[in-house]
Amino acid sequence: MKTDWKPLMQRVSSEMIKSIVVSLWFVFLTFPLMVMKIRPLDQTIEWRWMNLVYVGVGAFFLSFVWRYLMARKERGSEKDEGDSWQKRIGMKIRSDKRISVSGLIGVGIFVLIFPFLFSSYQTSIMITALMYVMLGLGLNIVVGLAGLLDLGYVAFYAVGAYFYALMNHHFGIGFWAALPFAGGLAAVFGILLGFPVLRLKGDYLAIVTLGFGEIIRLILENWNELSYGPSGIAGISRPGFFGFEFTLQQHTVYLFYIMVALVALTTIVVSRLRNSRIGRAWIALREDEVACQAMGIDKTRTKLTAFALGATWAGFVGCIFAAKTTFINPASFTFMESAMILSIVVLGGMGSIVGVMVGALVLILLPEYLRAFSEYRMLAFGASMVIIMVFRPQGIISGIRQRYEFRKQPQQEVSP
Amino acid sequence: MTAPQPVLDVRGLIMDFGGLRALDNINIQVNSGEIVALIGPNGAGKTTFFNCITGLYEPTMGDMIIHTPGKAPVRLNRLKPNVVTENGLARTFQNIRLFQKMTVLENVMVARHCRTKSGIAGAIFRGRKTRREEQEMVEHSYRLLEKVGLDSYVNELAQELPYGAQRRLEIARALATEPILLLLDEPAAGMNPKETHELDQLITRIKEEEGVSILLIEHDMKLVMSISDRIYVLDYGQMIAQGTPREVSENRNVIKAYLGEAFDA
Ligand SMILES: Nc1ncnc2c1ncn2[C@@H]1O[C@H](COP(=O)(O)OP(=O)(O)OP(=O)(O)O)[C@@H](O)[C@H]1O
Ligand SMILES: [Mg+2]
Repeated sequence: MKTDWKPLMQRVSSEMIKSIVVSLWFVFLTFPLMVMKIRPLDQTIEWRWMNLVYVGVGAFFLSFVWRYLMARKERGSEKDEGDSWQKRIGMKIRSDKRISVSGLIGVGIFVLIFPFLFSSYQTSIMITALMYVMLGLGLNIVVGLAGLLDLGYVAFYAVGAYFYALMNHHFGIGFWAALPFAGGLAAVFGILLGFPVLRLKGDYLAIVTLGFGEIIRLILENWNELSYGPSGIAGISRPGFFGFEFTLQQHTVYLFYIMVALVALTTIVVSRLRNSRIGRAWIALREDEVACQAMGIDKTRTKLTAFALGATWAGFVGCIFAAKTTFINPASFTFMESAMILSIVVLGGMGSIVGVMVGALVLILLPEYLRAFSEYRMLAFGASMVIIMVFRPQGIISGIRQRYEFRKQPQQEVSP
Repeated sequence: MTAPQPVLDVRGLIMDFGGLRALDNINIQVNSGEIVALIGPNGAGKTTFFNCITGLYEPTMGDMIIHTPGKAPVRLNRLKPNVVTENGLARTFQNIRLFQKMTVLENVMVARHCRTKSGIAGAIFRGRKTRREEQEMVEHSYRLLEKVGLDSYVNELAQELPYGAQRRLEIARALATEPILLLLDEPAAGMNPKETHELDQLITRIKEEEGVSILLIEHDMKLVMSISDRIYVLDYGQMIAQGTPREVSENRNVIKAYLGEAFDA
C-alpha cells in the first residue's frame, strides 16, 4: 500500500502543474477583456485586478476537474460502471413488470393532464418537443439502426409540410386527409434519395444527403410558381375535429393530444420494426455490410426501406408543423434543422428509443428554459453538448436496444 | 463407377487485380457429401477464390456453377452476394465479421432473413403469421447455437464472446442460411489445440447432420489431413496439386511451396 501513494502524489502534482499552466494561459488570453476596462469618458483605464484572480482560480479549478474526469474516463472505470449500472437498472425495469407498468402509467397520467397544469405557452413548447421526438425516432431508423449518416433529413420534413400547405391552399384538403399522404410522399422522396446514394458510405453519404437537403430547400425558395418562394404559404388550416370551432387555446391543447397519440404510435411502430426481421437486417447492415450481404440480405432493398421508413415520419411531422404554425416558408427547413435532429439522435443515444426521447426533450426544452440566461443560453447549450459527448460518447441512454427481447424466449424453450 | 454428383463446379477461373493475377485458371469441384480443403501459403489466393464464388469479387473469366439436388444448375457469375447465398452457398470469414453489437442469437437470426418472408406490414401489425415465423426463427437459431455449443451465450453481445466462440458463431450463422455448401475460411485460426480438436469433430458432425458439403481453407495441417476427403493446393494463384491427403502430402511441388527455396537449395 505504501508504494501506491508515491506515484499517485506524483501524478496529482503533475496534474496540478498542468492546470496551473492552463489557468495562466487563460489569464493571459482574457487579460484585455476581463482586467482592462477603458473608460471612454475620461479616457482612463481601469485595472480590475480581482477579475484576474477570479479567472485564474476558476480556470485552475475547472481544468483540474476536467483532467480528473478525463483520467477516470481513460481508465474506463467510469464507463464500465455507468454501463453496468444502466444495464442493471434496465434489466430490473424489464424483469419487474410492476416498475415498468407503474412508471408508464405515471408518465401517461402526467402527459394527459399536462395541458391543464401548464400554460398554453408551455404546452406549445411541449408540442414542439414532441414533434422533435417523432423526427428523432424517424431519423433514428436511418442513422441509429441502419447506420446511414443522413444530413438532409429536413428535406422530408419540408416535403410533408409543403404537401399539406399546398393541398390545403389549392384544394382545401384538411389535415387528417393530408397526413397519411404527406408521410407517403416523403417515403417516395426517401427512395428517390436512396437510389443515387446506394453505393455511398460514411462521409460521402453525409455530403450527398446534405446536398439533397439543400437542393430541396433551394427549389422551394426559387420555384415561385409552386412554392411561393421565400414569402411562403400562409393561412394553412389547423387540424379539424368533426367540424368543431376551437379557440386558439383549445387548438393548442387539441394539437398536444394529437402529438401525444402520434408519438405513442411512432414508438410502438419503431420498436416493433426494430425487433423485426427488417430491423435486424438494418442493424446487421450497420454492423457489417459485407457480412450482411453474405448472409443473404439484399443490401439495396434494406437501405431503401430504411430511407423510406425514416422519411415517412419526417413527412408526418412536416404536415403537423404546417398545421401548427399555419404558415411555412423555406427558412424553416435549413441545414440547422437537420443538424438539430441528428444531435437529438446522437446525444440521446443511437438506436435507443428512450434515448432519442430524452435527447429531444433535453435539446428542445433546455434552450427554452435557459432563456433566463439570455445571451449565455446558446453557450450553455453548446457546452452541455460537448460535455455529454466527451463523457458519454454512446449518448445519454445506450445499450438498451441489444438486450430487449430475446432474454426470455430461448429460456422458455429449454426450460418449459 | 458412376461420376460423383458435383455440388460446386468451378472451371477456368481467373481473377486479376490490375496487373496481379491472383487466380490463374482454377478448376475446383466439390461433390455432394464431401469435405474438401483448399490450402496454400499466405497470399496464394484462397480467400480470393471464396470472394469470387460468393459474389464479392467479379472474376475476370471462368464459370462457377452450383448444382442443388432437384433444381436446375445455377451459374453464379455476376450474381449479387445475397443471391448466391439464397442459392445455397454460405461462408465464414477469415477475419471474423460478426455483427458485433447484436446478441449471439440475433446474429444467427439475421441469417434466417433469406429463408423468411415477413415484411414491413408484418413487422408493424405483428399478425399471427409474423409471430409464428419469428418463433420459428428463434427456435431454428437456438437449435444451431446448441449444435455449435453456444447455447449458454444466446443473449451475450457477439463482441463479448471469446475468440474461439466467435468462430463457432460464424459457423452457426452460416448454417442458418440453409446452405448446401458451406465455405469455411480458416475456422481454426487463433484456436488452441483443444479447440481445434473440437472444431474437427464439429465440422464432421455438421456435414453429417445438416447434410452440407464443406469447402475449407485451413493452415492447420493436422486438421486438414484428418478431415478432408480431397485437397487442392494453391500457390501464387496457380493450382499446384490436388488429390487425397496422402497424395498431396507426398507431392514434391507442395513440399517445395511450403518449405520454400531453402528446401530447394
Ligand atoms: N481486393 C484486392 N485488391 C487487390 N489485390 C488483392 C485483393 N484481394 C486480394 N488481393 C491479392 O491477391 C493475393 C491473394 O490474396 P488472398 O487474400 O486470396 O490470399 P490467401 O491465400 O487467402 O492468403 P492468407 O493465407 O494469408 O489468407 C494477394 O497477393 C493479395 O494481395
Ligand atoms: Mg485468406
